[in-house]
Amino acid sequence: MTNPDQRILHSLERDPSRFLDVWLGEQAASGTMRRDLISEAELRTQSQAFLSALIAALRSGVPFEGGSNHPAWSGVRAQLEDLSRQRAQRGFSFSEVATFVFSFKQPLFSALRESTDGGTELAEASWEANVLLDRLGLYTIEVYQRSRENIIERQRQEMLELSTPVVKVWDGVVALPLIGTLDSERTQIVMETLLQRIVETGSTIAIIDITGVPTVDTLVAQHLLRTVAAAQLMGADCIISGIRPQIAQTIVHLGIDLSGVTTKANLADAIQIAMERTGMRVERQAPGRTP
Amino acid sequence: MTATPDTLPIHSEDDVVRVRHAVRRAAVELGFSLVDQTKLVTAASELARNTLIHGGGGEARVERLDTPRRGLRLVFEDRGPGIPDVERAFQDGFTTGGGLGLGLGGSRRLVNDFSVESTPGVLTRVTATKWK
Repeated sequence: MTNPDQRILHSLERDPSRFLDVWLGEQAASGTMRRDLISEAELRTQSQAFLSALIAALRSGVPFEGGSNHPAWSGVRAQLEDLSRQRAQRGFSFSEVATFVFSFKQPLFSALRESTDGGTELAEASWEANVLLDRLGLYTIEVYQRSRENIIERQRQEMLELSTPVVKVWDGVVALPLIGTLDSERTQIVMETLLQRIVETGSTIAIIDITGVPTVDTLVAQHLLRTVAAAQLMGADCIISGIRPQIAQTIVHLGIDLSGVTTKANLADAIQIAMERTGMRVERQAPGRTP
Repeated sequence: MTATPDTLPIHSEDDVVRVRHAVRRAAVELGFSLVDQTKLVTAASELARNTLIHGGGGEARVERLDTPRRGLRLVFEDRGPGIPDVERAFQDGFTTGGGLGLGLGGSRRLVNDFSVESTPGVLTRVTATKWK
């Protein structure tokens, strides 16, 4: 036999259905089998599809290289990609995903022992099988890792958007409670959302509440001032509320000039100012009804 | 006596956030008041960002001090281009990075002792200490 992987192919082709059973048994016994996350029938379908794809790829005689995109292996790659992606979404761990490929070793070595004459030929075939399965295993892990990163990135994006709710307080008044670290990326989203809502609601006053911003340094101040300036260009006045005593002292020491902006200690005061400016007045209905 | 300092790398905006957290933790442990905690964290934020933007990255050390008094010392080091004119860098409104130009001078006002040693191209070290 000239092509090395043909020994693997030969051993798989002898009795694929028995091989599949042994392999499934191996996966079930591996200890990283997650019956709570995947059903036996589904695992069988996946394993069967991978085995068929692998046999087809081996028949082509093209060796599998980690980064190669050779069409002969596209079926195997697609199988592993689907599997990794699906398992990443369901919350499988690294080793639980890798087990799918690595549990293939034991039955394959047994099959090789039966289909070769032993000795040097078996040793060579085993080594080839090892190399092939390690590469397939690494490929699976890479795809798994990428899928996980995609999930994290998507969650990060969702968090960015969720964390900047602009709420309408009254006719012509919107409020934006900021929470957490205000970096450049978030400021960009905050500014976009705020300006968008100002247009949508036809607001003339925007309240930015920074009670939930732990640190106001010069960069955060600059971001705030820019947001205020942009809102003013759109015809809306900004009030910054939620300036706690320690933040006020820090801002003064830093030398940040907020004199051009209306600021208030808390959101209630800011809403009061906003009502006054829009010609509204809040008053109790009758003095006698106070508790 | 100085306890073992925490050394933190500064190579991204996330690292700046980590430095802030480490400084807040240390300031709380040492029993600084809320105002002083905020001042220390803000100064750390400014100086860490300077290290990142102007120094091209470096490291921060957070040292808890016992003598002559209890205090917290923050040391920022980078091997970037350095600060050729330190006095000018302290001037409010002077900036080379597009910011407000208040970071360095402002940080000096937020702490008790402040020093900048800069050998352009070799080492820039900014030390800020606040006593309890």
